[in-house]
Amino acid sequence: MTATEFQLADTAVRQPILQARNLVKTFGRVVGLDGVSLDLYPGEVLAVIGDNGAGKSTLIKCLTGAEVPDSGELAISGQPVHFKRPQDARVHGIETVYQNLAVSPALDVASNLFLGREERLPGPLGKLFRVLDTKGMRRKAKEELTRLGISTLQDVTVPVENLSGGQRQAVAVARAAAFGSKVVVLDEPTAALGVRESNQVLQLVRDLRDRGLPVILISHNMPHVFDVADRIHIQRLGKCAATITPQSHSMTDAVAIMTGATTA
Amino acid sequence: MTQQQTAGPPTGQADLAEEFLDRQTPLSRIRNILHRYPALSPAIVLLVSVIAFGLLNDRFLRVENLSLITQQVAVVGTLAIAQTLIILTAGIDLSVGAVMILSSMVMAQLAVNNGIPAPLAILVGLLVGLGAGALNGFLVTRFRLPPFIVTLGTLNIFIALTLLYSNGATIRGSAMPGMLTWTGSTFPLGPVRISTGVVLMLLLYIAVAFILGKTAWGRHVYAVGDDKEAARLAGIAVNRVLMSVYLAAGAVLAVGAWIQIGRTNAANPNTGVDLNLDSITAVVIGGTSLFGGRGSIWGTLLGALIVGVFRNGLSLAGLDVLYQTLAVGILIILAVSIDQWIRKVKS
Repeated sequence: MTATEFQLADTAVRQPILQARNLVKTFGRVVGLDGVSLDLYPGEVLAVIGDNGAGKSTLIKCLTGAEVPDSGELAISGQPVHFKRPQDARVHGIETVYQNLAVSPALDVASNLFLGREERLPGPLGKLFRVLDTKGMRRKAKEELTRLGISTLQDVTVPVENLSGGQRQAVAVARAAAFGSKVVVLDEPTAALGVRESNQVLQLVRDLRDRGLPVILISHNMPHVFDVADRIHIQRLGKCAATITPQSHSMTDAVAIMTGATTA
Repeated sequence: MTQQQTAGPPTGQADLAEEFLDRQTPLSRIRNILHRYPALSPAIVLLVSVIAFGLLNDRFLRVENLSLITQQVAVVGTLAIAQTLIILTAGIDLSVGAVMILSSMVMAQLAVNNGIPAPLAILVGLLVGLGAGALNGFLVTRFRLPPFIVTLGTLNIFIALTLLYSNGATIRGSAMPGMLTWTGSTFPLGPVRISTGVVLMLLLYIAVAFILGKTAWGRHVYAVGDDKEAARLAGIAVNRVLMSVYLAAGAVLAVGAWIQIGRTNAANPNTGVDLNLDSITAVVIGGTSLFGGRGSIWGTLLGALIVGVFRNGLSLAGLDVLYQTLAVGILIILAVSIDQWIRKVKS
């Protein structure tokens, strides 16, 4: 599919920020994805649900460059893209928070926010000796946290290992949402959290959306999904079984589609 | 949701209470400080042991003796820099001593037997160190073998290469050009005589401390050792970082080889292999975690000095060398136990 075809497909509606068409990914004889398509529109929370082995993780990995699909097309704002590494997706503004919390426990909050994109001091110190602009990064980290409305992280010099689970998740989300990203992908952000911390993270997701940043949310937790999602993409056996909304279907319906008891 | 937001500040305070209030016993406060500054506990141990040995024997604190300790520490201290870099990435290098000896034999033999100018011989020795580091790094990153196994293998390979290359013969310093033994020369600094090798070691410490603390590469070394997968997902080229760490370690080891030639005034293919364990000892006593991602290069220098102080102090006290070994063994266990206790800070 070419760029024009992508655009033709959506001339009537708003243009999706992220588009996937017919993604296929196999692992040996196991079919992870069997022709999955997905659209993500600006300012929406799109939840991806599905049973274990339904292809949720594979789908997300293909969207974020962690896996390369065997076939299928990806486009960002109508422009076809190919991701070979997570770095490629990041360059295009797709930031991911992985389930296993990709933060470095021993590093402080600011270092984690800037991990992999550190900034150097201006002038010869930075250019010649490659000295990091630690103060500047701490200041910018604070600014970003304030901008994102994350109030639970006051001190950006605390090592992440000293934070609570919810605060760590906030660090991970902040890193994904900061620095001009276009899409934030959250993989099971509430899986390891208590009730109050989950609510904080869900509020954070709403805040991101309200700031116009679209979010893809992978979750097992139906109440959480129905709480924050605008649309719900249901994976089943490597395919998209249905895309529903919390208004059009109930949680029971969603589970029924997920398990194959009914179709949408 | 509005309800939750209005209830925000009180819950925030409850959070604080849960997380911090139960830690505020004097003991846990000390632990928090030690956790925040990893080089602090070895610094205290060093200070206490220097005072204790000074009280035991009045010869210990004489400047000549203190200068001697620094010279005795120069080689292990240098190898420990390389070891720290690798242990920070959650690896371990059993081959540091062997690489150092191989490099020193190459330097000496090229200069003495092949008549190659000393600067060139040292340069080739540096390349040998880099090559050894490249081999270790290649095996660790490409074949995904555990560093312990890789360096156990290369340890034996480098020992064998050294003996094959040198025919097991020691080259005396008197036969070498002055530049090779230059690291053993001393110069006066006030009342003390400082050896060039010690200065070289300290310069390496300063350089590595700068790189680890102030550059993105340094931060990536910590991140890779802390959580490899997290580092990869953050966009760090993990294998490239690992490879560069092994290369840097190899270069440091070659400098160590030069210092060793000066210190012993010889290039002896049959010594120094046990230095790999001494270097690990210095790193561990210096508070760097064997699990990677935590520690400081200054802690390693302190660790090397602690070992040097213990060996020197005990021998001044007239104790058999076996007791030095015993003391070092106890030190290691103590250091790791204290380290574990400090680590409990993170709940």
